[in-house]
Amino acid sequence: MGTIVKSYEPTFVDKLYLPAMVRGLIVTLRHFLRRKVTIQYPDQKHIPPEGYRGLHRLNKYPEGRIKCVACEMCSAACPADCIYIIPGPSPWDEGKERYPVRFDIDLLRCIFCGFCEMACPEDAIELTEIYDFSNYTRDDLLIDKEGLLEVYDLTKDQNFYTKKSQSQASSANTSIST
Amino acid sequence: MDFLGFIIICVKVLLVFAATMLGVLGMVYAERRVSAFIQDRVGPNRVGPKGLLQPIADGIKFLMKEDIIPDRADKPIFILAPAILLIPALMTFAVIPFGSSITLFGREIALQVADVNVGILYILALTSISVYGIVLAGWSSNNKYSLLGGLRSSAQLISYELAMGLAVVSIILLSGSLKLNDIISNQQGSFLSWNIFKQPLAFLIFLVAVYAETNRLPFDLSEAEQELVGGYHTEYSSMKFAMFFMAEYANMITAAALTVTLFFGGWDVPLLDEGSLGIMGTIISVLSFILKMAFFLFLFIWVRWTFPRFRYDQLMRLGWKVMLPLALVNIFLTAGYLTLQASN
Repeated sequence: MGTIVKSYEPTFVDKLYLPAMVRGLIVTLRHFLRRKVTIQYPDQKHIPPEGYRGLHRLNKYPEGRIKCVACEMCSAACPADCIYIIPGPSPWDEGKERYPVRFDIDLLRCIFCGFCEMACPEDAIELTEIYDFSNYTRDDLLIDKEGLLEVYDLTKDQNFYTKKSQSQASSANTSIST
Repeated sequence: MDFLGFIIICVKVLLVFAATMLGVLGMVYAERRVSAFIQDRVGPNRVGPKGLLQPIADGIKFLMKEDIIPDRADKPIFILAPAILLIPALMTFAVIPFGSSITLFGREIALQVADVNVGILYILALTSISVYGIVLAGWSSNNKYSLLGGLRSSAQLISYELAMGLAVVSIILLSGSLKLNDIISNQQGSFLSWNIFKQPLAFLIFLVAVYAETNRLPFDLSEAEQELVGGYHTEYSSMKFAMFFMAEYANMITAAALTVTLFFGGWDVPLLDEGSLGIMGTIISVLSFILKMAFFLFLFIWVRWTFPRFRYDQLMRLGWKVMLPLALVNIFLTAGYLTLQASN
């Protein structure tokens, strides 16, 4: 059964268009007065929420030993194949025998999926909230073990963007890209 | 005319010219900022405090740009067209009184460059000249989009000028004079003596026609970037392009000033006798004029970012079949009322 759709018949007031126009102007005026949501980026930085997947870091134990045991689970899990590890015998005495001699991540290949941190049995690799680590050359976007440990120092205590002053943040940026 | 009088006139001309150009700069900034705010953005805020120097940066950019004249363009006309558009836009402000008269050096100085006794006719005549600028720009560019833009603009301006002129006629009937000063003095007194309350219909017609006259949205068919690339200024670059922009904003300033003069009592502050306050009265009157004008300039931008563009046939229908008859009816009613009043 079809239904009869009544077509819209504009009334005289509708045909004047003026009330509708005034209503439209009020809508735009409300937007004019509304608080703007723009974040003025270099001056003011967006603070990513908990669980954001940004730049990687390698975690350390409080006494300074690196958590990673170079099991290469992360590089096996990595869909982009961007983690490169050379394992070696650990220089520390206690417990674990292996540690990474080299631990490089190609940030240009990384897709920030977070599989590496899920695969890691030692909770050694983690993604941080740092998102602005752009650089001028491809070489500068290869991050090595030292760089990853530095990121840990920068982010272990608090959110990178909450309390850091501008100068610290920018120096971190340059040091990350070694 | 004596020497002092000559100096005074020169100063007034310079003052009005400088104020208009400053107003154009202000409008460029305001347009970008207000449009941004309406779209929930922040807009230019980097050049100078709050981005206030942005128009100057824009101007420098325009000056540095390469000035391109198309190979097949009609060169003299192509160069002349922006000037034909800009000069009348700046000239129209000459007859608009922007404050009550002031007494300096023992003589009374009217705050108005020229007190022409056919002021309104002068303005209507000059605004019609600016059509030539657009049409010639469109024609000389030798580009189909430019030509279409020019044609649309001329058709639009002709059809809306009629309605605008007729709306003004009903104001003239009330004041009995074409002189802008008389029209203002006719509106002095309380709020209710403003022409907008006596002639609301004429005001609406005039306002709509003014948007069409200044080629602003919702009537910017001559530019219509979605269909005509850039309309009549497609082929223009560098400072010539900037001149089209300056002309548009200068036209808006004049249009706002004219709206204020005709319908909102000009520089007059209701319930206040400016003449008795001396120099303070003059300052107040100038400020009130600027304030009223600022509102209409804001309205120009506000409307631009609220309403979509009219289709060409809608534009013509509105002009000829709605506004023109309404304006005629309005004149008829006004004239009838005045005749009845006179015979009683």
